[in-house]
Amino acid sequence: MQISRDDLLGSYRKMRTIREFEERVHKEFATGKIPGFVHLYAGEEASAVGVCQQLNGVDYIASTHRGHGHSIAKGCDVIGMMQEIYGRRGGLCKGKGGSMHIADISVGMLGANGIVGGGPPLACGAALSAKLRKTGGVAVAFFGDGAFNQGTTLESMNFASVYQLPVYFVLEDNGYAESTASSWSIGGHNPVRRAEGFGIPGEHVDGHDFFAVYRAAADAVTRLRAGEGPQFLHVSFTRYYGHFEGDAMTYRPPGEVTEERQYLDPLKFFRARVVGAALLENSALDAIDTEVGTLIDRAVATALAAPPPAAEDLLTDVYKSY
Amino acid sequence: MSKKSFRQALNEAMRQEMERDPMVIAFGEDIAGGMGAKGVQDAWGDVLGASKGLLPEFGRNRIFDTPISESAFVGAASGAAVTGMRPIAQVMFVDFFGVCGDQIINQMAKFRYMFGGKATTPVVIRTLFGAGVRAASQHSQCLYPIFTHVPGLKVAIPSSPYEAKGLMIQSIRDDDPVIFFEHKAMYDDTEEVPDEPYTIPFGKARTVREGADATIVAIGRMVQYASQAAAALDADGIRCSIIDPRTTSPLDTDAILASVRKTGRLIVVDEASPRCGMAADISALVAQNAFRELRAPIRMVTPPHTPVPFAAELEDLYVPSPAKIQAAIAETVRYH
Repeated sequence: MQISRDDLLGSYRKMRTIREFEERVHKEFATGKIPGFVHLYAGEEASAVGVCQQLNGVDYIASTHRGHGHSIAKGCDVIGMMQEIYGRRGGLCKGKGGSMHIADISVGMLGANGIVGGGPPLACGAALSAKLRKTGGVAVAFFGDGAFNQGTTLESMNFASVYQLPVYFVLEDNGYAESTASSWSIGGHNPVRRAEGFGIPGEHVDGHDFFAVYRAAADAVTRLRAGEGPQFLHVSFTRYYGHFEGDAMTYRPPGEVTEERQYLDPLKFFRARVVGAALLENSALDAIDTEVGTLIDRAVATALAAPPPAAEDLLTDVYKSY
Repeated sequence: MSKKSFRQALNEAMRQEMERDPMVIAFGEDIAGGMGAKGVQDAWGDVLGASKGLLPEFGRNRIFDTPISESAFVGAASGAAVTGMRPIAQVMFVDFFGVCGDQIINQMAKFRYMFGGKATTPVVIRTLFGAGVRAASQHSQCLYPIFTHVPGLKVAIPSSPYEAKGLMIQSIRDDDPVIFFEHKAMYDDTEEVPDEPYTIPFGKARTVREGADATIVAIGRMVQYASQAAAALDADGIRCSIIDPRTTSPLDTDAILASVRKTGRLIVVDEASPRCGMAADISALVAQNAFRELRAPIRMVTPPHTPVPFAAELEDLYVPSPAKIQAAIAETVRYH
């Protein structure tokens, strides 16, 4: 399929932004200045970006605890995100949510989610709302291989099927539900067939391959917008870091991540493909790398210098009125 | 103004709000009551008939049955609400909240705070509660203390048909998530209810009656029982105030404290389990803020700390009766 130059450049910029953001959060977390839990998306960039490139302002996504990539792909402000992760007043959620609750409903991002399987019902609601309000919008439920065994996800697949809602169920299978292997924990071992059991068509793609995700998502979103009911995608890849920062990952075989980084890096794949096919030049990609590096530097510097929330912020934003 | 049942009051509130605002939709378990079956499409109109007639009037885009998937449809209500709609989701009995607790406790309740004030989630969850119809342990609980405990939720518990209509309309128009409790044994109660729409503000208690000797705070169906007890005590010259908080979140602490400061005595009557419930909460409020004004120990009249039993003889012992309330008031007033 043809992808425009602008779309290719935009996609690469987003994937590079996610990678730089996550690598930098990994480094900064080790300094002890980032509080709480963070779950990094490095290695999974092609999924969030390949899907979100098909979306626009009337579309919504529901995310997971590993939500930085989805947030960036859907258009959340990167400096606001970094401040949020540091717990700053200027953060996207005023420092009240943190890494696991980054959200910006104004750009269609319904929230990272601290509860495994929390998002799919919300995506159903956003899709229901889009359908009833006739906005033409669709909703994407990103969820992991752990959430694929949650009742909420299975209920949501049935719910979306019954009402033929424009929901894209995107199973991001990074091989591990926390520390438990997805090859062991998904009964039936065939997610696409499971989706088909709900009457939801789907396919499986290699999540290291941006073009595979992009093509599958483009087809699915076209069907969603045509009113053909919910769609399903099983994306496989491996995460570069632990379940959370600080996870020693002794459940993984030695060398797994090193090999993934060397041979299965979605950014390296992308560059080789577009340069090899003479769609983009190395210089254009290098320029994006530099710009993104500067942006992330600025995000971290801003976050480090930013003030924390004020004491009075503790009591605000619980209710609209009370 | 005409006599309406609790059921009719709710029906009228939902119908008038659905007419007023096209963003108001209603869905849940059997709320149409027959969709997809071969008979009448709104055969039930809700398990106790509160939404009967709304499906033919508003059509399947505005009111529809759901699969019995509480997590999916309660979560979908939140997702629809944060994207611009005003859903009423019906979880048939509050006992079923156990299967969708996450979507209520961790999702809708917390969006606004977690997202730094940038989310508005105008959801109403309607649910039946309460004992007295021999429905046993899994269909008779109150559970509103659990929701009251969760910041971000509002909790409304109407005590009569008039209250039901006004509080329901307020719930639908409110911009925060509201859990709306309907006592299943009150559905056939009737009283004068205005035909036109009206709201009852949250956090403003109703003074059911005023008297100088004791303050009774009663919730939901217990307002009726407390009224019967207070009426019986009139003959003995004991004059009681009765306060119906209407909402446990927000709670009108000012009204409760002001009344206790006048009477010096507090009896809290609650149908919920006694531990960590509203009776304990209101007792603590008064003990902490009106200690010097108290002339007798605070009394809590609640069921025992047991599940709700099935057999009529046991259930009748379980629910606080007007006689038990009357005895508790009399003892409190005579204490010295």
